[in-house]
Amino acid sequence: MSIPVLKFDAVIVGAGGAGLRSAIQLSEAGLKTAVLSKVFPTRSHTVAAQGGVAASLGNSEEDHWTWHMYDTVKGSDWLGDQDAIEFMCKKANEVVVELEHYGMPFDRTDDGKIYQRPFGGHMSNFGEKPVRRSCAAADRTGHAMLHAMYQRNVKANTQFFVEWMALDLIRDEEGHVLGVTAMEMETGQIVIFHARATIFATGGAGRIFYSSTNAFINTGDGLGMAARAGIPLEDMEFWQFHPTGVAGAGVLITEGVRGEGGILRNSSKERFMERYAPNAKDLASRDVVSRAMATEIKEGRGCGVNKDYVLLDITHLDPATIMKRLPGIHEIGLQFAGVDCLKEPLPVVPTCHYQMGGIPTHYSGRVVMPKGGDMSSIVPGFYAGGECACASVHGANRLGTNSLLDLLVFGKSAGDSAVEDLKAGRAHRELPKDVADKTLARISALDNRKGGANVHETRLAMQRTMQDHAGVFRFGDMLKQGVEKILEVEKAARNLEIKDKSMAWNTARTEALEMENLIEVAKATMISAEARKESRGAHVRDDAPDTAEFPNGRNDKEWLKHTLFSPVDNSITYKPVNMQPLTVEAVALKTRSY
Amino acid sequence: MERADYERLRWRCIRRALLELDITLTRFLDGGEFEKLTDEERLAFVELADMEDYDLWDLLTGKAEIDDPRLAHMVALIRKS
Repeated sequence: MSIPVLKFDAVIVGAGGAGLRSAIQLSEAGLKTAVLSKVFPTRSHTVAAQGGVAASLGNSEEDHWTWHMYDTVKGSDWLGDQDAIEFMCKKANEVVVELEHYGMPFDRTDDGKIYQRPFGGHMSNFGEKPVRRSCAAADRTGHAMLHAMYQRNVKANTQFFVEWMALDLIRDEEGHVLGVTAMEMETGQIVIFHARATIFATGGAGRIFYSSTNAFINTGDGLGMAARAGIPLEDMEFWQFHPTGVAGAGVLITEGVRGEGGILRNSSKERFMERYAPNAKDLASRDVVSRAMATEIKEGRGCGVNKDYVLLDITHLDPATIMKRLPGIHEIGLQFAGVDCLKEPLPVVPTCHYQMGGIPTHYSGRVVMPKGGDMSSIVPGFYAGGECACASVHGANRLGTNSLLDLLVFGKSAGDSAVEDLKAGRAHRELPKDVADKTLARISALDNRKGGANVHETRLAMQRTMQDHAGVFRFGDMLKQGVEKILEVEKAARNLEIKDKSMAWNTARTEALEMENLIEVAKATMISAEARKESRGAHVRDDAPDTAEFPNGRNDKEWLKHTLFSPVDNSITYKPVNMQPLTVEAVALKTRSY
Repeated sequence: MERADYERLRWRCIRRALLELDITLTRFLDGGEFEKLTDEERLAFVELADMEDYDLWDLLTGKAEIDDPRLAHMVALIRKS
């Protein structure tokens, strides 16, 4: 079968913040650049980021990139690579000012500078006191950022392939990456994008969990493609959760609800936080509240048919106060829980929000993997940035507003590295003879299989398994069972059947292909989480508690290392954390406390 | 509406930037509400679906209002679904 081949200097998969930022570097360098996206670029999930972007501009008060670096290392619970963190924090001012020049409408101070607001975890002078470091455009920072960068790309003649889904990474026998196979959704046609540089900017995979704040589009397509091409996934056990998402929907309920007097209750209507945090009760820190909720659910005191959520009760509050102080919460209850929160409690559950791990990269944006004795050998022709990549700057937990910074800095550096490599002479390499065989076999299997598994049911089984067994608070026995269960779900995910066989706009096929990506991420997460026998950052285990020997359950002697999950044989290797920054002294290990 | 046109519209509703819209619009379409619409109402739905995510979400949550009675009617129908 003859498959059309489109030749570009660079192909970028994903048109969110990281993809658009990479594309600017490549197109403005005069390189022929294609960007593939499942949706129109400004419909990417970057739009949902409201908080801001961190940069130590010092516009409101004194700030310094080394202080930002300290906060990031501490946030990461020392699992972040300090060379990459230095690189990112040092670059922050530059990428924010560039964005301003692209037309980003940042909020301003009276004297016209970029206004900076405080944000949790942002401190001055190495953790001394809060500092205003977050740059925002009202509560639509991600949205404004995407628009500014999309316009810049239009000006630079970036070629967009909108409503195209990349399917598989093309690697030759020597391991070089030569592009991707992709499907045009309007026609169902499969096309080869043959490129000198391939950049993944496909975002996170939060949809592996039953309760997730992530939009439906976050199906980990880049991670799935990398895994199928034999590239390991790094630190996949680390996922950031919010304590209160609407059960079954994932829509966030602001923590302000508890601040205004909201009470968490279990199936007996008990105010269970009194047992876990007798003083702070429902106002305890996010980690403590999430763990308490997970424990109540695990011990059978959850609510509903599946006993899989708890209740957030504000019925005792004055309705006028709720409508005034918590605008939107009433509507969220009605729309997503079918509950009038003035009269009934809201069903809530800890909800997945952000993926810290991903495709292993150097801070230059080049993808790296073990080869021979080298744990970080460059995969030629392959680059990644943003949530799908693991540089690693977030380590075991991400500092607030560093996600938008990550996609700007590493989107740009991936683009810069690709430009550098192409200018140094990297040519189009010959496509392997079987270049699209695996992709065509997957499509053909989906189209022809009879008696296979249902996509919706398989996705639900995966999401429930991940939520129950690898949620915000983890239990050794549950993780062990979780590994067995997810491997069972994997069998179903490799045996999907779709009823609709049409070519044009076959969303059933697209969703099945997304499912094949999700399962790679789910499996990597479960197996990596089971294997890490300590608590660190967002990975918190019941059997690795806070002790004098291991404060917060963290065990640096054995576990100060990155997980590398190999999708080839479900095995795990580890590589050291880079504790050596580029130019400054290392941030020394200490207990993480706020 | 032709199958392909409907499926294109469906894709543009079930893969939004905001989770809130994913859920709301998927529920409307997959709940069979779209099939009950008149041709004119369907056009209004397509127009709404083409909007930027925050603009549409502000309409659906009552934070913003729209003058066009066709679109306002459709917003009310989606909110009820």
